[in-house]
Amino acid sequence: MSKSNFSRRGVLKTGAIAGAGLAVPTYLRADGHAGFTNAPQGSTVKIGFNVPQTGPYAEEGLDELRAQELAVEHLNGMGDGGMMNTFSEKNLKGNGILGKKVEFVTGDTQTKSDVARASAQSMIQKDECIMINGGSSSGVAIAVQGLCQEAGVIFMAGLTHSNDTTGKDKKANGFRHFFNGYMSGAALGPVLEKEYGNERQAYHLTADYTWGWTQQESIAASTEALGWNTVQDVRTPVGAGDFSSYIAPILNSGADTLILNHYGGDMVNSLTQAIQFGLRDKQVNGKDFTIIVPLYSELMAAGAGSNIQGVFGSMNWNWQLQDEGTKAFVKSFGEKYGFPPSGAAHTCYVQTLLYADAVERAGTFNPCGVVEALEDFDFDGMGNGPTSYRGADHQCFKDVLVMKGTEAPTNQFDTLEIVEVTPRAQVEYAPDHPMFAGGDLGECNPGA
Amino acid sequence: MDAFILQILNGLDKGSAYALIALGLTLIFGTLGVVNFAHGALFMIGAFCAVTVQKLLGLSFDVIDPTQTDFLGNPLKVAIPYVEAWFGPAIGGAIQDWSVPLAILVVIPVMFLVGWAMERGLIKHFYNRPHADQILVTFGLAIVIGEIIKAFFGANPIQTPAPEVFIGTVDVGAWLGMDPGSVAYPTWRMVYFFFSAIIIAAVFAFLQFTTFGMVVRAGMADRETVGLLGIDIDKRFTLMFGLAAAVAGMAGVMYTPILSPHYNIGMDFLVLSFVVVVVGGMGSLPGAVLAGFLLGILQSFASMNEVKALIPGIDQIIIYLVAIIILLTRPRGLMGRKGVMED
Repeated sequence: MSKSNFSRRGVLKTGAIAGAGLAVPTYLRADGHAGFTNAPQGSTVKIGFNVPQTGPYAEEGLDELRAQELAVEHLNGMGDGGMMNTFSEKNLKGNGILGKKVEFVTGDTQTKSDVARASAQSMIQKDECIMINGGSSSGVAIAVQGLCQEAGVIFMAGLTHSNDTTGKDKKANGFRHFFNGYMSGAALGPVLEKEYGNERQAYHLTADYTWGWTQQESIAASTEALGWNTVQDVRTPVGAGDFSSYIAPILNSGADTLILNHYGGDMVNSLTQAIQFGLRDKQVNGKDFTIIVPLYSELMAAGAGSNIQGVFGSMNWNWQLQDEGTKAFVKSFGEKYGFPPSGAAHTCYVQTLLYADAVERAGTFNPCGVVEALEDFDFDGMGNGPTSYRGADHQCFKDVLVMKGTEAPTNQFDTLEIVEVTPRAQVEYAPDHPMFAGGDLGECNPGA
Repeated sequence: MDAFILQILNGLDKGSAYALIALGLTLIFGTLGVVNFAHGALFMIGAFCAVTVQKLLGLSFDVIDPTQTDFLGNPLKVAIPYVEAWFGPAIGGAIQDWSVPLAILVVIPVMFLVGWAMERGLIKHFYNRPHADQILVTFGLAIVIGEIIKAFFGANPIQTPAPEVFIGTVDVGAWLGMDPGSVAYPTWRMVYFFFSAIIIAAVFAFLQFTTFGMVVRAGMADRETVGLLGIDIDKRFTLMFGLAAAVAGMAGVMYTPILSPHYNIGMDFLVLSFVVVVVGGMGSLPGAVLAGFLLGILQSFASMNEVKALIPGIDQIIIYLVAIIILLTRPRGLMGRKGVMED
């Protein structure tokens, strides 16, 4: 008579362990992979473009998507190669990434954090994407960055300008090419001083979420350092539409400057309505009333029409720059789509190429290899001059543009003009700067 | 005092938009008994009629200007609007400048047709269904219309400025005997307020002083009896749906210089307008107008910095707070009729 080696307790224990193993999402299991999440199998590698295709930032999202598709074409050897020809690194040969053809899936964040996370999760779990790229809104970027950190994939953020993205919410698996609120303040300050002097009374209208808060803090700090006084900061709900109730109190507040910490449709509406209330025709404290929009985009400027004329702001990049990288990208994008790319499109295109190059240099898709390749990586030829990804917080440092609404546009794309290219040294800050304090970059997570 | 008057004006302006939408909404509910969640979409279609008229008047042909280059370095194509080519730059420019008022002439027949098609094509099939079904189908319809608009016009707001003559402010302070310039209010917002007052008065006059309106009011009170008298009340109610759509459409057209239209603008107004209808009393036309202005003014005052300093966040909840208080104290709303939504 044979004796069974299985005890009841042993079977239960084994079953529990096996069950727990099966219950772990596929993307967290190492089996079948090379020790990291969604290690590419076969001759292709898949990346996920998670952008707003509906909702208030949909136009930015759709432009990001155009640029991302262009980047994939270039990586796979189609088209004219765009910025791959001007990039200081020469590892990208047009044969995909590490010889694997690049495929992509797209998701719609709807500019909502929960929807964006669900979309990214689906890309990681169902589509087995190795990297997530894109997005508009810092709330969304921070949410998706957290998810990618947990899942063990790389997140190359799109349009996110809050200090928190690479400040208190920074993550080892996340990288931001776009500039931030602090940099906008540092770039705008000297120009505003030259243009409007040292004695201004500033009234802020601020979008009530992480981006608005940190931009307001940055711009207030920068202008107060000039000697300006912040009269009031009023938080406004995102998507308020009619800002008249918030604008009317400005008329009798004693302020001579309105700073709109708004973006997208909110900025178009609040600026238009501020001008309808006659703010720019007023004289207060013996000065012409002025309006400042610290963060600009071409799409917003087009939406605001003539209201934007003469209004100062800042940008990460603009298609009118004359360096070789910009010219190559504008040519590729313009010939394919018939209009110049936006700043959001530029960032997402560059992020896709930077990721691909980092994988090539690391020789692996392993997120920890990619993190190591991107940290303290210096490069050029991507439209912003000499640029580096700081290892301490994964923030890109490069020149920042101060812009002004074109006074006399000559064509439909002539909405903004470059006032100054602020040198990188002027917008740099220490990793432990108080506006970026807190949080922990942590360790890279390969997900296995 | 200046700030107080400004917020009153703001409230009247907001309230006139709420009242116009709520008026159509409650008209449809009072006549057809349908809870129309697509009514905000009608406001949006009206707004995009203005955009369409602006685009049509801006249709142009290209002329190559060899002296300039485009962003790719090719010779620049300069767009010449047909109206400027046909009528000269001065008259052509003026026609384009007046695109929003001109859109009113277009929006009335268009919205009548849209309302008629919506009622005959979809909503009539839901007359005898529960209100929940009506809400679901009309809400779905609103989403579909929004997506169609987005497919045609994109997702970004589109600037639709008022005619040049209405740009700037009106010196309301001088009108009230105060210091000149102490209370300045945007001219177009004043135009919007007076326009709304005229439309509201016209709708009431139509219902009060015409035979058609009398029959409709009789039908609202007792549909069955009016039907037994041999009057085709359904046909009249269909026309009322068209009228409500036209009112919403006109409200949308005139609002475009205040708020640049985008594909979601209808949804933004829909929820508030429903609260207005509920506060005013389901099916009550004067109630909708009264509640529209009341909530508009309260919302404006709640946005004042002094008020928000006392109760943070009050500007976001004031409308719903008032709705709760009114429904607790007057369950039928301010001017609601007995029996409506109570079966």
